Amino acid sequence: MAHITLPDESLPGIVGLFNFRPETAGPLQLLAETLLRGESPLTSGERELIASYVSLLNDTHFCHTSHGSAAMAHLGYDVSLIDDIKNGFQQIEISSKLRALLDIAAKVQKSGKAVTDEDIAAARAEGAGDKEIHDTVLIAAAFCMFNRYVDGLGTWAPQENEAYREMGQRMAFTGYVRFPVKADVVEV
Amino acid sequence: MTTPEKKQSLTQTQYRTVPHIPLPEHLPGITGLLEYSRVTAEPIRQLTQFILRGENSLSPAERELIATIVSHNNECRFCTAAHTAAADLLLGETETCELMKQDIEAAPVSDKMKALLKIAKQVQVSGKAVTAESVANAKAQGATDTEIHDTVLIAGLFCLYNRYVDGMATVAPADPQFYTGLGQRLVDHGYNRLPNGYDHLKKQTQPS
Repeated sequence: MAHITLPDESLPGIVGLFNFRPETAGPLQLLAETLLRGESPLTSGERELIASYVSLLNDTHFCHTSHGSAAMAHLGYDVSLIDDIKNGFQQIEISSKLRALLDIAAKVQKSGKAVTDEDIAAARAEGAGDKEIHDTVLIAAAFCMFNRYVDGLGTWAPQENEAYREMGQRMAFTGYVRFPVKADVVEV
Repeated sequence: MTTPEKKQSLTQTQYRTVPHIPLPEHLPGITGLLEYSRVTAEPIRQLTQFILRGENSLSPAERELIATIVSHNNECRFCTAAHTAAADLLLGETETCELMKQDIEAAPVSDKMKALLKIAKQVQVSGKAVTAESVANAKAQGATDTEIHDTVLIAGLFCLYNRYVDGMATVAPADPQFYTGLGQRLVDHGYNRLPNGYDHLKKQTQPS
């Protein structure tokens, strides 16, 4: 059970929190939409992988698996491949540029101060530009917020990858502003 | 020991002068980032304006204290100085912030605020670090579900800001006057983008 009384305890993760506080749900959804589906030199699949990876490092199962599922939907992989994120991307094909950006994201997860000039130089050497570096740092930072929000209020999360299949497809292709909350919020 | 050369090198190690990407020089800290990427800044500004300044049973000063304790624990110089300045101005004194940073129990705030600040401090470590006991304690001191929710979200939001600001190696001015000016701007204008932007700051050394 969550640390606070949610109007619908059956809604997992951030969905139950969106339902609790529609005033903050609006900007939070818009932020996810802008970061993960808005304009960027990184593809949505790459950005969802960063989101899922940071959530894994923060041990937030709901965000890790739901954004992992969205990444698989974008990249054309089955949800079973979400586990490959844990395994260091042995099966999912990622560019050396994305690998360098994931290293930066991992530093941001620890602390902003952990990002070194060398980390940035390594990403630039693989072809990352200013905007790619910026978007990576901001996505990683944003998931340090989303993850703390979801875990700090003690929300629940389905365990199996399969439970996130449709959710990930909707996140990937319908987006964050319409799904998952607007319909829920209207009913409240 | 305090030859000019020595002082100079100390200053250079302590305060970054070159961010990881080119940012507007007249806008140190977060402001330059929010201007660099205005599309992503918009929802961040909207969220911050509502959660720190919107209608709430926690006062703006109390919410600035939450922002301050999290930034302090993340050791983010820019955000700590800016939100300390805002909280000081809203409270009309500087003692509360300073005591709170040393020991939440010693700060002259309500028992409910102490309990919420402790939750914020746990969120800074990790969402999973928030215990059922700390939440039960906040409720016992009269905190509502919405206040607990907002505390966790503010703390989470500053984990975003602090990482954004430091992860991009933005500049944190050394001059304390800079933060007094910035704090005043946050008190007067809140967190929305200034209607006419920030070009007027190019001519000044302090924000207004």
